[in-house]
Amino acid sequence: MNVRALMAQRYVGLTVIAAIVVFLPFFFPSAYYYRVAALVLIFALAATGLNLLMGFAGQVSLGHAGFLGIGAYSVAIGATYFAAPPLLCILAGAALSGLVAFGVGRPILRLKGHYLAVATLGFGVLVTIVLTNEAAWTGGPDGMAVPRLVLFARPVRGADAWYWIAAASFLIGATVAQNLSDSPTGRALKAIQDSEVASSMLGIDVSRQKLAAFVISAVFVSVAGSYLSLFNGHITPDISGFFRSIELVTMVVLGGMGSIVGPFVGAAVVVVLPQTLTVLHEYEDMVLGLILMGLMIFLRQGIVPSLAATLAGRRT
Amino acid sequence: MTILEAAHLSIAFGGVRALDDVSLVVDASVVFSIIGPNGAGKTTLFNVISGLYAPLHGRVRLAGEDVTGFAPHRLARRGLSRTFQNLQIFFRMTALENVMVGRHRHESTDILSDLLHLPVVHRQNRGTREAARDALARVGLSEAANRQAGTLPYGALKRLEIARALASEPKVLLLDEPAAGCNLVETQDLDGVIRSIVKDGVTVMLVEHDMRLVMNISDRIHVLANGRTLVEGTVAEVRSNAAVVEAYLGVHGTNEAACAVG
Repeated sequence: MNVRALMAQRYVGLTVIAAIVVFLPFFFPSAYYYRVAALVLIFALAATGLNLLMGFAGQVSLGHAGFLGIGAYSVAIGATYFAAPPLLCILAGAALSGLVAFGVGRPILRLKGHYLAVATLGFGVLVTIVLTNEAAWTGGPDGMAVPRLVLFARPVRGADAWYWIAAASFLIGATVAQNLSDSPTGRALKAIQDSEVASSMLGIDVSRQKLAAFVISAVFVSVAGSYLSLFNGHITPDISGFFRSIELVTMVVLGGMGSIVGPFVGAAVVVVLPQTLTVLHEYEDMVLGLILMGLMIFLRQGIVPSLAATLAGRRT
Repeated sequence: MTILEAAHLSIAFGGVRALDDVSLVVDASVVFSIIGPNGAGKTTLFNVISGLYAPLHGRVRLAGEDVTGFAPHRLARRGLSRTFQNLQIFFRMTALENVMVGRHRHESTDILSDLLHLPVVHRQNRGTREAARDALARVGLSEAANRQAGTLPYGALKRLEIARALASEPKVLLLDEPAAGCNLVETQDLDGVIRSIVKDGVTVMLVEHDMRLVMNISDRIHVLANGRTLVEGTVAEVRSNAAVVEAYLGVHGTNEAACAVG
């Protein structure tokens, strides 16, 4: 196979998502669909970030919604109390999340498996508690209002505008993830997932690489958090709660760990499914649970890798 | 010229001395084998030399530098590489990607260039892929390059680990039971592979139970028993040493014992 064919193959997943994202709005009957689709894309960006940590480096985090919270409240607090432009707040939030991830990641990434899971869970809970208790800044459990995003001297209104912002951001995020996948750092991360001992014997600084993955994933999730708060116009500490963290993990695992398209599909399922199941009223959560279980039982590597394997005729 | 030197190494696990005052000096570009009965401390010695365990006492010097207590990745960057008795394969990757990871210490991009896929990353990927293909070819695995490592048979995985270690262009290569689980033909191939590695100036340290292989290719043999050095010498010296025969088959070892080491 020549290099060109290899390149083409590498970007096929990205091209498919880009095409879907560009042409999907033609089938939207109402603004409500833009709204749901924008949410899908924002969460897909967050899941893409978490996938770098979970799917590439093989390190679990049950507290990544903490970074959603940091990103969201950076925008809310920055714009409300310091009159800072939202774009600057997004960047500041991303930088803060990266810094926090660096500080938190150093000690806890020494832990493995279940111990790491519990430690990251603790981090997420901690962020929620701080956001709830610092009511003077955050409005406490009731949350706070978030000013509108201003782009090109014009406030961004309407779900369709947000759809395109989220789409562009997610596609950039997915491209970055794809780039990483085919680079020395990406190979090192995937190697760490399979054997830390062998990785270190080949000159890979395992703790440094894990920390890098943790920081990058935090930055992705933080930007998604900022978007969520700007998009909703209001934010509460629930955004960093345990349930949100679990949702992010579900998106990554359901879509397919290590896959570039996976987080997008996972986010779509986790966001859209509850919306469509509302017709079932009180059975909604039960059916949702059954569907998630069924998907994992029959597509155990996650939706995208399992289907890809089936299409390629080498089911594992 | 001395490439690796271990002086008075001791290590204990829960009161049991796994290594007790073991010293050895390894010259460059030779095959230096370590043999001994099960539990003699061979793999423990490898683990200390490669930085997985810190010794209780003693020093390790690599190419003249004191590297005692260095983490494995720092040793790897100084030219030490190894394979594992229980395979440590990156099962989710293809064979080629496994070996590409072996090039890690020769890749110089930073994480930002990697995220943006700057041209330098592209160039380097190409070089890494070439070098990895060469390493695969050296162990006769070219055909398996694009296969998922998890689908390869055991013998191939053993060779894949050697290729991966070779790709890092080590000065010293530690092979931990490369012939274990391999059939006769595969083991004979191994002779040739190891010889060609040494011919390139690499020092090979070998832990192996297959005595035919050890006696065939070793320049020096270090015999361990119960964590202590029993004897060290050339193939002929070790083969004729009564203490070695005894260690392997007990006090009454006779013809059978001679067979086992000879």
